[in-house]
Amino acid sequence: MLKLIYRRLLMMVVMLLGLLAIMFVVANVAPGDPARLAAGPDATRDMVETIRVERGLDKPLPQRFVIYLGSVVTGDLGTSIHTGRAVLHDLAIYFPATLELVLFSIGLAIVLGIPLGVIAAVNHNQLADHIIRIFAVSGVAMPMFWLGLMLQWYLALELNWFPLGGQLDLMSDPPTRITGMLTVDALLTGNFAIFLGAVAHLFLPALSLSFPALASIIRVNRAEMLETLNRDYITNARAQGIGPLRIVAAYALKNALLPTLAMIGLRFGWMLGGTVLVEGVFDWPGVGLYAAKAAISSDFEPIMAVTLVLGASFMLANLLIDLTYAALDPRVRAQV
Amino acid sequence: MTDVTFSERHESSIREYRRMAATFRRSSSAMFGLVIVLVFLLMALIGPWIAPFPEDALGAVHLDNKLQPPSAAHWFGTDEVGLDIFSRVLIGARVSLQIGLIVTGVAMLIGVPLGMLAGMSGGWMRETIMRVTDIFLSIPGLILAIAIVGALGPGIINAMIALSLVWWPGYVRLVEAKTLSLRNETYVDAARALGAPMHRILFVHILPNCLSPIVVKASMDMGMAILGAASLGFLGLGAQPPYPEWGAMISIGRNYMPDWWWYSFFPGLAIYLTVLGFNLLGDGLRDVLDPRQRS
Repeated sequence: MLKLIYRRLLMMVVMLLGLLAIMFVVANVAPGDPARLAAGPDATRDMVETIRVERGLDKPLPQRFVIYLGSVVTGDLGTSIHTGRAVLHDLAIYFPATLELVLFSIGLAIVLGIPLGVIAAVNHNQLADHIIRIFAVSGVAMPMFWLGLMLQWYLALELNWFPLGGQLDLMSDPPTRITGMLTVDALLTGNFAIFLGAVAHLFLPALSLSFPALASIIRVNRAEMLETLNRDYITNARAQGIGPLRIVAAYALKNALLPTLAMIGLRFGWMLGGTVLVEGVFDWPGVGLYAAKAAISSDFEPIMAVTLVLGASFMLANLLIDLTYAALDPRVRAQV
Repeated sequence: MTDVTFSERHESSIREYRRMAATFRRSSSAMFGLVIVLVFLLMALIGPWIAPFPEDALGAVHLDNKLQPPSAAHWFGTDEVGLDIFSRVLIGARVSLQIGLIVTGVAMLIGVPLGMLAGMSGGWMRETIMRVTDIFLSIPGLILAIAIVGALGPGIINAMIALSLVWWPGYVRLVEAKTLSLRNETYVDAARALGAPMHRILFVHILPNCLSPIVVKASMDMGMAILGAASLGFLGLGAQPPYPEWGAMISIGRNYMPDWWWYSFFPGLAIYLTVLGFNLLGDGLRDVLDPRQRS
């Protein structure tokens, strides 16, 4: 097992290197002059050339890539033009908020998706099944940013059930920063009112973000449950007089959960990508919003850094899912 | 032998197509998807001629008519410079169809040959192709697309380039797996034994047998590429206003929420229905063409 983890982590480093290399090539074959961009619109030709030499932009591409890698390894991810701060500093501020949002969304997708999948499978081809299936099919097609806008309009503006956006009410003081995730920090400092406020702010962005994942979880869980419920051991359990609830919860669901778990890993990546869309709608101060702003202003160092961080998160999440898979399924464990 | 009619000669394949069509028709969701896609295609083909205000697609200005709610004259209302949103959504279908076709087409043109090559060749060639594919798939596609647009600069052409660049790896994986399973089939061995050159084996023996999963994936991808382009448009990285692209319309329309809700509501509905249509169609096609792939 440890050997597997070690091998996968090593693989991850190689993949991230590859990712950086691809990004680096894309950034540098693109039209546009980074030296001119950094120098600003009013710079003279001499000033641009000075900056080009200062930043090493006059050196050949492979050499610049090695220099860039060297600075990444030492934690220097460059400076953001649009915030004017070190990219590493920006990421430390914004990443926890994104992580909090994504984790909450996944939780929401699991908590809603698994029961809905089970209900659909148990009521196969009945009304509940049809409704849930329509819901599941639409979820994947739904543009998250549009769903977010509509939820914001109806649930926040019309009904006033949820706040419009942001992480906290303007009036409340944020808790002491420990993890950077407001809900966790509020709980750690024992501030329950702030915790509730933070959850209320989380809910709508998380719901919009979770929609495609929710839909896929329902689909996979339903299909797996349908298959499992037809197995011989379930028929056997039924014949033994075991109650329907126990059959579903203790016998069938356990086996149906494994493919669902794999789907969750896959959707984690989609969610990380989706933050770019949803954070803007709800004014959520995370890396998604940061990346969108950086991309608009062709601010390349933050973009590289965000790609790196989100790529690493996605790979780590998949590693975790695979390990959980192995821990839960003895057949997989035997192969490891 | 000369008086064998067309229907007699192709009897078995005609029977096969009939059976497929019957399976497809039995699925109400597949038919629903087909209808949506047909309406969408119709909109894209004749949109500019049936739009009530075709000149509104690009930058006309009727300030006296701005931000009107939906009415008999303006079914979807008007925007902040008085443009008819119904006309713009209608003509936007053509934009979306173009994006979907180009992105999916380029992705297939890159991905399918690479996938066949990787599956047939083995060795370092396969390793290289598959590892590069893995790297592309190791990061959420939208993030990579945004990063590429960030490097190239915003705009609809660059958005299409970016989406195509992140879309092909999926085809490599699909086709490589399929080729691997086909390369040791008896008929491929036979062709090889007869001395058929590599390109003949690939295009005459392997490719036709990969077509079903490719068609299914392409149908799904049409929808997802349109969604991707709309997402870039929404972020201000894709089509630029006043270009009638649905995502770009929502990105301006959101500033007019909630009082002028129709501005972003209808373009969003159009994206949703189009993507839904292609997904349902893809699902239906999979059930017909590739029943074993069903999840």
